[in-house]
Amino acid sequence: MSSELIYQPISQLAEQLASTKISSVELTQAVIARTKAVDSQVKAFNSFDEADALAQARASDERRAAGQARGPLDGIPIGLKDVIAVEGQPLTASSKMLANFVSPYDATVTKKLKNAGAVCWGRLNLDEFAMGSSTENSAFHTTSNPYDLECVPGGSSGGSAAALAAGEAIATLGSDTGGSIRQPAALCNVVGLKPTYGLVSRYGLIAFASSLDQIGPFTRTVEDAAITLGVIAGHDPLDSTSFKADIPDYRAELSKRKGPWKLGIPKEYFGEGLDPEVAAAVEAAIDFYKKQGCEIKPVSLPHTEYGVGVYYIIATAECSSNLSRYDGVRYGHRTANPKDINELYFKSRAEGFGAEVKRRIILGTYVLSSGYYDAYYLRAQKVRTLIRQDFLKAYEEVDAILTPTTPTPAFKKGEKAANPLAMYLSDIYTIGVNLAGLPGLSIPCGFSKSGLPIGLQLIGQPFKEADLLAIAHTYDRAHDWASRHPNL
Amino acid sequence: MSAPSDLNIDHIATLARIELTPEEKTKFAAQLGDVLGHIEQLKKIDVTGVEPTAHGFPIYNVWADDIPQPGLPVEVALKNAPAQRNNMVVVPKVVE
Repeated sequence: MSSELIYQPISQLAEQLASTKISSVELTQAVIARTKAVDSQVKAFNSFDEADALAQARASDERRAAGQARGPLDGIPIGLKDVIAVEGQPLTASSKMLANFVSPYDATVTKKLKNAGAVCWGRLNLDEFAMGSSTENSAFHTTSNPYDLECVPGGSSGGSAAALAAGEAIATLGSDTGGSIRQPAALCNVVGLKPTYGLVSRYGLIAFASSLDQIGPFTRTVEDAAITLGVIAGHDPLDSTSFKADIPDYRAELSKRKGPWKLGIPKEYFGEGLDPEVAAAVEAAIDFYKKQGCEIKPVSLPHTEYGVGVYYIIATAECSSNLSRYDGVRYGHRTANPKDINELYFKSRAEGFGAEVKRRIILGTYVLSSGYYDAYYLRAQKVRTLIRQDFLKAYEEVDAILTPTTPTPAFKKGEKAANPLAMYLSDIYTIGVNLAGLPGLSIPCGFSKSGLPIGLQLIGQPFKEADLLAIAHTYDRAHDWASRHPNL
Repeated sequence: MSAPSDLNIDHIATLARIELTPEEKTKFAAQLGDVLGHIEQLKKIDVTGVEPTAHGFPIYNVWADDIPQPGLPVEVALKNAPAQRNNMVVVPKVVE
C-alpha cells in the first residue's frame, strides 16, 4: 500500500484525498516510513521534523473533514531544498556557516505552499550555498543517486531530485542558478522545471547569484509540475525582481494547447562531448515529436561555447557580493575568541565556508577587483546579451528549443571533485537558459545501458510556461520512463 | 595551465576577508588559473556596441509606497546572533 502511494503523482493522490480514500496523515506516514527506510543509503535529507509534518497532515485532514480543502496540494508532502526558508526549521544551505541557523520566517514559496495546504517536509541536501553539480560540496554529506548509489545525483539540488526519485517526497522544490534543478532532475529520472526569471519570488531563498537564481519544482509528471508552478508563481512585492505576469491555470492549459509546435534543434548542443547514449535518447524524442506533426527546425545558438565562461564570471561576482553578509557578526558561524573585528571576519569566513565556496568568492572578488572589472565582468555582461539575443532570434522561428539536459548520465562520486573546470563544463547545456532568463524543463527520456536516467531539456519563451509545459506533457503522457523506480 | 601572474591570491583573499591556508592558496591559484584560462576565450568576441545585460529579464523603477510595515521582533531577529546583550549583537571592540 505505502509503496504504491509514495510513487503516485500529485494529480492522482489529490483525487484520493478528495474522495477520502486516503488521508494526508496516511500519505505523510508512508513518506516518513520510506524516508526512514532508504535515506541512510540515499542521504537526500539534511534533517526532517516528523512531528511537524504529521501536525500539518492532521490539519489538512481536519480542513477536508470540515469541507475546507484548499486544492490539489492540500495534504501532499513536499520537500524543500535547504536554501528555502521555513519558519522555525533549520536553514543551513548545507554549510557549516549556517549549521545552527533556524529560520525566523517563511520564504514566499513556503508561505504559498502552506496556504495551499501542502505538508512542508524536510530539509534537502545540496552543494554548499547551491554551488556545485553533484552535492559533493555539501558540508554534511554527499547524496547518492538512487539509481546507482556510487553515482552523484547531480546538483546543486541533488537532495531534492534524489528524495523524489527514492519516494521520500511526493514533490520537492529546488533552485536553479545554472542548471541546479534541471541537471539533477535528468540524472534522477524526474521532471524538473526552472521557471522564467521573475516568475517565482526569490524572497526567503538564500541568495547565490541574484540575477540567475530561480526556484522551481521537481515532480513525477509534467502535470504535477503545472499544478505546483500554479501555486508558487506570481508577483511578490518582497522581491523587487518579481514580475507582474498573468498566471494562467497551467494544468488546465495542458490539454488546451495541442500544437503542433515548431521545435528548434541547436546544433551547438549536439557536438563534441555528448555521450552517444544520451544523443540516441534525445534523437528518439525528436522523432516522437516529428510523428506528432511537429515541425523540427535546425536553429543556431552561436555563443553557446562562451556560456560557461560568462556564467563563472557573473555567478561568482554576484556570489562574492551576496556572501559578504556571512561575516560572523549577526548570524552564522563565529570563530572562537577573535582578538579583534578583522580576525572575527577573516577566521569566521575561513572556518565557515567550504573549498568550493571559497574558490568562487575568490574568483568573483578577482573579476570585480580594481583594474579587472572591464576585462571580465563588463565583458561577460555584454556576451550575456549576445547569448540572450541568440535565443530570442531562434524564437522568431520556433516555439521551443529541444536539447539534451546534460552531456552524460550521472557520473561517479569523486570523478570530477578534484577538477572544478571539468565540473563546471558539465553544466554547458543548462547555463544559457539562466543567462537568458528563460524557462527550461528537464523530463525523463530514457536510460543508459547501465541503467542510469537520461533527461530531455525543453527551453521555452519568457513567461510562456503554459506552452512549455504543454509541449513537455505531450511527450510525458506518451512515455512511462518515470515508472521505472530505483531498486532500494 | 598555470595561474596568470596577475592573480595575486593574497590580495584577493584580503579583499574577500577570508583567511586562506598556504595549501589553499597553492591549490586555488592553480584551479582558478585553469578557470581563467577557459574564460580567456571571451576575449575572442567582438563586443563593440553591445549593451551589457545585468538581469535575464530586466525590470526598471520598482517603487513601493512608503508605508511602515511590521518587521521581525527584536528577540526573533537576534535568535541566530552568535552573541547578544541588551537587545544588541556583541562584537569585539571596533574603535580603540
